[in-house]
Amino acid sequence: MRGRLFLAAILALFAAPLAAQDRLPPAPYAYQQLADPAKEAKAKALMETLRCLVCQGQSIADSDAPLAGDMRHEVRTKIAAGESPDAIRKWLVARYGNWVSYDPPFDGATALLWLAPLLFLAVGLWLAFGRLRGGGGEES
Amino acid sequence: MRSRWVLFAPLAIMALLFGAFIYRLSVPPRTLIESQWIDKPMPLFDLPPATEGVAGLKSSDLADGKPRLVNVFASWCIPCRAEAPQLEALHAAGVPIDGIAIRDRPDDVAAFLRENGNPFDRIGSDVQSSVQIALGSSGVPETFLVDGKGIIREQIQGVILQDDVPRIIAKLEAMK
Repeated sequence: MRGRLFLAAILALFAAPLAAQDRLPPAPYAYQQLADPAKEAKAKALMETLRCLVCQGQSIADSDAPLAGDMRHEVRTKIAAGESPDAIRKWLVARYGNWVSYDPPFDGATALLWLAPLLFLAVGLWLAFGRLRGGGGEES
Repeated sequence: MRSRWVLFAPLAIMALLFGAFIYRLSVPPRTLIESQWIDKPMPLFDLPPATEGVAGLKSSDLADGKPRLVNVFASWCIPCRAEAPQLEALHAAGVPIDGIAIRDRPDDVAAFLRENGNPFDRIGSDVQSSVQIALGSSGVPETFLVDGKGIIREQIQGVILQDDVPRIIAKLEAMK
Protein backbone atom coordinates (compact mmCIF):
# COMPACT_ATOMS: atom_id res chain seq x y z
CA MET A 1 0.00 0.00 0.00
CA ARG A 2 2.76 2.44 0.95
CA GLY A 3 4.61 1.59 -2.21
CA ARG A 4 1.56 2.29 -4.30
CA LEU A 5 0.80 5.56 -2.51
CA PHE A 6 4.37 6.64 -3.01
CA LEU A 7 4.24 5.71 -6.67
CA ALA A 8 0.99 7.63 -7.04
CA ALA A 9 2.50 10.68 -5.36
CA ILE A 10 5.55 10.56 -7.61
CA LEU A 11 3.46 10.08 -10.72
CA ALA A 12 1.31 13.03 -9.71
CA LEU A 13 4.47 15.15 -9.56
CA PHE A 14 5.30 14.38 -13.16
CA ALA A 15 1.83 14.20 -14.65
CA ALA A 16 1.87 16.23 -17.83
CA PRO A 17 -0.57 19.12 -17.79
CA LEU A 18 -3.57 18.12 -19.78
CA ALA A 19 -4.34 19.87 -23.04
CA ALA A 20 -8.02 20.15 -22.28
CA GLN A 21 -9.09 22.80 -24.71
CA ASP A 22 -11.71 20.82 -26.56
CA ARG A 23 -15.02 22.59 -26.77
CA LEU A 24 -17.40 19.66 -26.59
CA PRO A 25 -19.70 19.06 -23.63
CA PRO A 26 -18.87 15.94 -21.55
CA ALA A 27 -20.20 12.59 -22.75
CA PRO A 28 -23.73 11.84 -21.42
CA TYR A 29 -22.64 9.35 -18.77
CA ALA A 30 -19.45 11.14 -17.77
CA TYR A 31 -21.19 12.97 -14.94
CA GLN A 32 -24.63 11.36 -14.93
CA GLN A 33 -25.38 8.30 -12.85
CA LEU A 34 -27.19 5.26 -14.19
CA ALA A 35 -30.88 5.14 -13.33
CA ASP A 36 -30.57 1.68 -11.77
CA PRO A 37 -28.86 2.11 -8.35
CA ALA A 38 -27.48 -1.44 -8.35
CA LYS A 39 -25.83 -0.96 -11.72
CA GLU A 40 -24.55 2.49 -10.74
CA ALA A 41 -22.98 0.98 -7.61
CA LYS A 42 -21.22 -1.62 -9.75
CA ALA A 43 -20.01 1.02 -12.20
CA LYS A 44 -18.81 3.29 -9.37
CA ALA A 45 -16.86 0.49 -7.70
CA LEU A 46 -15.21 -0.36 -11.01
CA MET A 47 -14.42 3.27 -11.90
CA GLU A 48 -12.66 3.74 -8.58
CA THR A 49 -10.20 0.99 -9.49
CA LEU A 50 -9.45 2.16 -13.04
CA ARG A 51 -6.61 4.56 -13.59
CA CYS A 52 -7.03 7.78 -15.52
CA LEU A 53 -4.68 7.69 -18.52
CA VAL A 54 -3.83 11.36 -18.70
CA CYS A 55 -3.74 12.26 -15.01
CA GLN A 56 -2.02 9.04 -13.96
CA GLY A 57 -2.28 9.45 -10.17
CA GLN A 58 -6.07 9.47 -10.11
CA SER A 59 -8.84 7.00 -10.75
CA ILE A 60 -11.26 7.80 -13.54
CA ALA A 61 -13.89 8.33 -10.83
CA ASP A 62 -11.79 11.16 -9.36
CA SER A 63 -10.61 12.85 -12.52
CA ASP A 64 -12.13 15.72 -14.46
CA ALA A 65 -10.00 15.08 -17.55
CA PRO A 66 -12.12 14.75 -20.71
CA LEU A 67 -10.67 11.29 -21.46
CA ALA A 68 -11.56 10.15 -17.92
CA GLY A 69 -15.11 11.42 -18.52
CA ASP A 70 -15.25 9.47 -21.77
CA MET A 71 -13.98 6.36 -19.96
CA ARG A 72 -16.69 6.74 -17.30
CA HIS A 73 -19.21 7.00 -20.13
CA GLU A 74 -17.73 3.83 -21.63
CA VAL A 75 -17.87 1.96 -18.30
CA ARG A 76 -21.44 3.06 -17.48
CA THR A 77 -22.67 2.26 -20.99
CA LYS A 78 -21.16 -1.23 -20.83
CA ILE A 79 -22.53 -1.86 -17.32
CA ALA A 80 -25.96 -0.67 -18.46
CA ALA A 81 -25.72 -3.12 -21.38
CA GLY A 82 -25.24 -5.94 -18.86
CA GLU A 83 -21.47 -6.49 -19.08
CA SER A 84 -19.75 -7.62 -15.90
CA PRO A 85 -17.16 -5.36 -14.20
CA ASP A 86 -14.54 -8.09 -14.61
CA ALA A 87 -15.14 -8.30 -18.34
CA ILE A 88 -14.84 -4.51 -18.67
CA ARG A 89 -11.60 -4.48 -16.68
CA LYS A 90 -10.24 -7.24 -18.94
CA TRP A 91 -11.33 -5.31 -22.03
CA LEU A 92 -9.38 -2.25 -20.84
CA VAL A 93 -6.35 -4.25 -19.68
CA ALA A 94 -6.17 -5.85 -23.15
CA ARG A 95 -5.78 -2.31 -24.55
CA TYR A 96 -3.76 -0.45 -21.94
CA GLY A 97 -2.06 -3.24 -19.98
CA ASN A 98 -2.29 -3.86 -16.24
CA TRP A 99 -1.28 -0.26 -15.84
CA VAL A 100 -4.90 0.88 -16.26
CA SER A 101 -6.09 -1.20 -13.30
CA TYR A 102 -5.56 -0.33 -9.64
CA ASP A 103 -6.07 -4.01 -8.85
CA PRO A 104 -2.82 -5.56 -10.05
CA PRO A 105 -2.80 -9.34 -10.61
CA PHE A 106 -0.22 -11.56 -8.94
CA ASP A 107 2.56 -12.14 -11.46
CA GLY A 108 6.31 -11.86 -11.83
CA ALA A 109 6.30 -8.06 -11.84
CA THR A 110 4.05 -7.70 -8.80
CA ALA A 111 5.20 -10.67 -6.71
CA LEU A 112 7.37 -8.46 -4.49
CA LEU A 113 4.49 -6.03 -3.98
CA TRP A 114 2.19 -8.79 -2.77
CA LEU A 115 4.77 -10.79 -0.81
CA ALA A 116 6.69 -7.92 0.84
CA PRO A 117 4.22 -7.64 3.78
CA LEU A 118 4.65 -11.36 4.55
CA LEU A 119 8.39 -10.97 4.22
CA PHE A 120 8.44 -8.03 6.64
CA LEU A 121 6.19 -9.91 9.06
CA ALA A 122 8.58 -12.88 9.00
CA VAL A 123 11.58 -10.61 9.61
CA GLY A 124 9.72 -8.88 12.45
CA LEU A 125 8.81 -12.17 14.10
CA TRP A 126 12.36 -13.41 13.73
CA LEU A 127 13.68 -10.22 15.36
CA ALA A 128 11.08 -10.33 18.12
CA PHE A 129 11.74 -13.96 19.01
CA GLY A 130 15.47 -13.38 18.86
CA ARG A 131 15.19 -10.44 21.24
CA LEU A 132 12.83 -12.27 23.65
CA ARG A 133 15.14 -15.23 23.78
CA GLY A 134 18.23 -13.06 24.05
CA GLY A 135 16.60 -10.94 26.80
CA GLY A 136 15.75 -14.08 28.80
CA GLY A 137 19.31 -15.27 28.40
CA GLU A 138 20.74 -12.05 29.82
CA GLU A 139 18.50 -12.17 32.86
CA SER A 140 19.43 -15.67 33.83
CA MET B 1 30.79 -7.56 18.06
CA ARG B 2 27.94 -8.90 15.99
CA SER B 3 25.37 -6.72 17.73
CA ARG B 4 27.29 -3.55 16.87
CA TRP B 5 26.93 -4.24 13.15
CA VAL B 6 23.24 -4.96 13.61
CA LEU B 7 22.89 -1.44 15.00
CA PHE B 8 23.89 -0.05 11.61
CA ALA B 9 21.41 -2.16 9.67
CA PRO B 10 18.50 0.33 9.94
CA LEU B 11 20.78 3.13 8.81
CA ALA B 12 21.92 1.07 5.84
CA ILE B 13 18.32 0.24 4.91
CA MET B 14 17.35 3.91 5.16
CA ALA B 15 20.33 4.86 2.99
CA LEU B 16 19.23 2.33 0.37
CA LEU B 17 15.66 3.59 0.47
CA PHE B 18 16.69 7.23 0.13
CA GLY B 19 19.02 6.24 -2.67
CA ALA B 20 16.08 4.65 -4.49
CA PHE B 21 13.87 7.70 -3.85
CA ILE B 22 16.49 10.14 -5.10
CA TYR B 23 17.12 7.99 -8.16
CA ARG B 24 13.43 7.96 -9.11
CA LEU B 25 13.05 11.68 -8.43
CA SER B 26 16.00 12.53 -10.67
CA VAL B 27 15.15 9.97 -13.39
CA PRO B 28 11.36 10.09 -13.69
CA PRO B 29 9.78 6.94 -15.08
CA ARG B 30 8.41 6.98 -18.63
CA THR B 31 4.77 7.86 -18.22
CA LEU B 32 3.56 7.11 -21.74
CA ILE B 33 1.08 4.27 -21.73
CA GLU B 34 1.69 2.18 -24.81
CA SER B 35 -1.20 0.46 -26.47
CA GLN B 36 -1.30 -3.30 -26.00
CA TRP B 37 -3.65 -3.55 -28.99
CA ILE B 38 -0.82 -4.26 -31.44
CA ASP B 39 -0.78 -7.07 -34.02
CA LYS B 40 -4.53 -7.22 -33.53
CA PRO B 41 -7.31 -6.26 -35.91
CA MET B 42 -8.74 -2.75 -35.84
CA PRO B 43 -11.68 -2.69 -33.44
CA LEU B 44 -15.05 -2.51 -35.16
CA PHE B 45 -16.34 1.02 -35.55
CA ASP B 46 -18.29 3.22 -37.91
CA LEU B 47 -17.60 6.91 -37.37
CA PRO B 48 -19.56 9.71 -39.06
CA PRO B 49 -17.70 12.37 -41.08
CA ALA B 50 -15.84 14.84 -38.87
CA THR B 51 -16.49 17.71 -41.26
CA GLU B 52 -18.26 18.51 -44.50
CA GLY B 53 -16.62 17.31 -47.70
CA VAL B 54 -14.48 14.55 -46.15
CA ALA B 55 -15.88 11.03 -45.79
CA GLY B 56 -16.29 9.36 -42.40
CA LEU B 57 -14.30 6.31 -41.37
CA LYS B 58 -15.32 2.76 -40.59
CA SER B 59 -13.13 -0.20 -39.72
CA SER B 60 -13.95 -2.07 -42.93
CA ASP B 61 -12.36 0.81 -44.90
CA LEU B 62 -9.05 -0.22 -43.37
CA ALA B 63 -8.83 -3.74 -44.78
CA ASP B 64 -8.72 -2.92 -48.48
CA GLY B 65 -5.27 -4.41 -49.12
CA LYS B 66 -3.37 -1.13 -48.83
CA PRO B 67 -1.18 -0.49 -45.77
CA ARG B 68 -1.95 2.92 -44.33
CA LEU B 69 -1.70 5.31 -41.41
CA VAL B 70 -4.53 6.06 -39.05
CA ASN B 71 -3.84 9.37 -37.37
CA VAL B 72 -5.62 10.16 -34.10
CA PHE B 73 -5.74 13.93 -33.82
CA ALA B 74 -7.85 16.91 -32.80
CA SER B 75 -8.20 20.48 -33.95
CA TRP B 76 -7.68 21.63 -30.33
CA CYS B 77 -4.39 19.75 -30.11
CA ILE B 78 -1.43 22.12 -30.55
CA PRO B 79 1.21 19.41 -31.26
CA CYS B 80 -1.04 18.12 -34.07
CA ARG B 81 -0.32 21.37 -35.93
CA ALA B 82 3.40 20.68 -35.64
CA GLU B 83 2.78 17.22 -37.08
CA ALA B 84 0.87 18.47 -40.14
CA PRO B 85 3.96 19.03 -42.41
CA GLN B 86 5.15 15.45 -41.79
CA LEU B 87 1.70 14.05 -42.60
CA GLU B 88 1.73 16.21 -45.73
CA ALA B 89 5.12 14.74 -46.70
CA LEU B 90 3.83 11.19 -46.15
CA HIS B 91 0.74 12.00 -48.20
CA ALA B 92 2.93 13.41 -50.99
CA ALA B 93 4.93 10.17 -50.94
CA GLY B 94 1.72 8.27 -51.67
CA VAL B 95 0.97 6.98 -48.17
CA PRO B 96 -2.79 6.69 -47.58
CA ILE B 97 -3.74 8.45 -44.35
CA ASP B 98 -7.05 8.29 -42.53
CA GLY B 99 -7.89 10.41 -39.53
CA ILE B 100 -9.87 10.05 -36.33
CA ALA B 101 -10.81 13.42 -34.83
CA ILE B 102 -11.19 13.24 -31.04
CA ARG B 103 -13.86 15.31 -29.24
CA ASP B 104 -14.07 17.71 -32.12
CA ARG B 105 -16.60 19.93 -33.90
CA PRO B 106 -17.14 20.05 -37.68
CA ASP B 107 -16.33 23.77 -38.06
CA ASP B 108 -13.20 23.42 -35.90
CA VAL B 109 -12.00 20.46 -38.00
CA ALA B 110 -12.68 22.44 -41.19
CA ALA B 111 -10.65 25.38 -39.86
CA PHE B 112 -7.83 23.01 -38.85
CA LEU B 113 -7.71 21.52 -42.36
CA ARG B 114 -7.80 24.99 -43.95
CA GLU B 115 -4.84 26.13 -41.87
CA ASN B 116 -2.76 22.95 -41.91
CA GLY B 117 -3.71 21.24 -45.15
CA ASN B 118 -5.65 18.01 -45.57
CA PRO B 119 -3.60 14.83 -46.03
CA PHE B 120 -6.58 12.65 -45.01
CA ASP B 121 -8.61 10.39 -47.30
CA ARG B 122 -11.29 10.06 -44.62
CA ILE B 123 -11.83 11.52 -41.15
CA GLY B 124 -14.13 9.89 -38.61
CA SER B 125 -15.51 11.94 -35.75
CA ASP B 126 -15.01 10.28 -32.35
CA VAL B 127 -16.87 12.65 -30.03
CA GLN B 128 -16.79 10.36 -26.99
CA SER B 129 -13.28 8.98 -27.53
CA SER B 130 -14.81 5.51 -27.77
CA VAL B 131 -12.69 4.41 -30.74
CA GLN B 132 -9.64 5.99 -29.12
CA ILE B 133 -10.24 3.87 -26.01
CA ALA B 134 -10.88 0.75 -28.10
CA LEU B 135 -7.49 1.36 -29.74
CA GLY B 136 -5.67 1.65 -26.43
CA SER B 137 -4.70 5.21 -27.34
CA SER B 138 -4.29 7.71 -24.53
CA GLY B 139 -3.66 11.03 -26.22
CA VAL B 140 -3.33 13.13 -29.35
CA PRO B 141 -1.56 12.95 -31.68
CA GLU B 142 -1.05 9.24 -32.08
CA THR B 143 -0.57 7.33 -35.30
CA PHE B 144 -1.25 3.68 -36.02
CA LEU B 145 0.38 1.75 -38.85
CA VAL B 146 -2.25 -0.58 -40.25
CA ASP B 147 -1.50 -3.30 -42.79
CA GLY B 148 -3.64 -4.24 -45.79
CA LYS B 149 -5.66 -6.73 -43.75
CA GLY B 150 -6.62 -4.12 -41.18
CA ILE B 151 -4.19 -5.39 -38.54
CA ILE B 152 -2.51 -2.74 -36.37
CA ARG B 153 1.27 -3.17 -36.61
CA GLU B 154 2.63 -0.20 -34.70
CA GLN B 155 1.58 2.69 -32.52
CA ILE B 156 3.48 5.99 -32.66
CA GLN B 157 2.78 8.18 -29.64
CA GLY B 158 3.25 11.90 -30.01
CA VAL B 159 4.27 13.95 -33.02
CA ILE B 160 5.79 12.22 -36.07
CA LEU B 161 9.14 13.91 -36.60
CA GLN B 162 10.79 14.62 -39.93
CA ASP B 163 13.35 11.89 -39.25
CA ASP B 164 10.57 9.33 -38.78
CA VAL B 165 9.08 9.86 -42.25
CA PRO B 166 11.45 7.63 -44.31
CA ARG B 167 11.21 4.81 -41.77
CA ILE B 168 7.39 4.92 -41.84
CA ILE B 169 7.31 4.88 -45.65
CA ALA B 170 9.72 1.90 -45.68
CA LYS B 171 7.75 -0.01 -43.07
CA LEU B 172 4.44 0.48 -44.89
CA GLU B 173 6.13 -0.47 -48.18
CA ALA B 174 7.39 -3.69 -46.55
CA MET B 175 3.82 -4.58 -45.55
CA LYS B 176 2.60 -4.58 -49.14
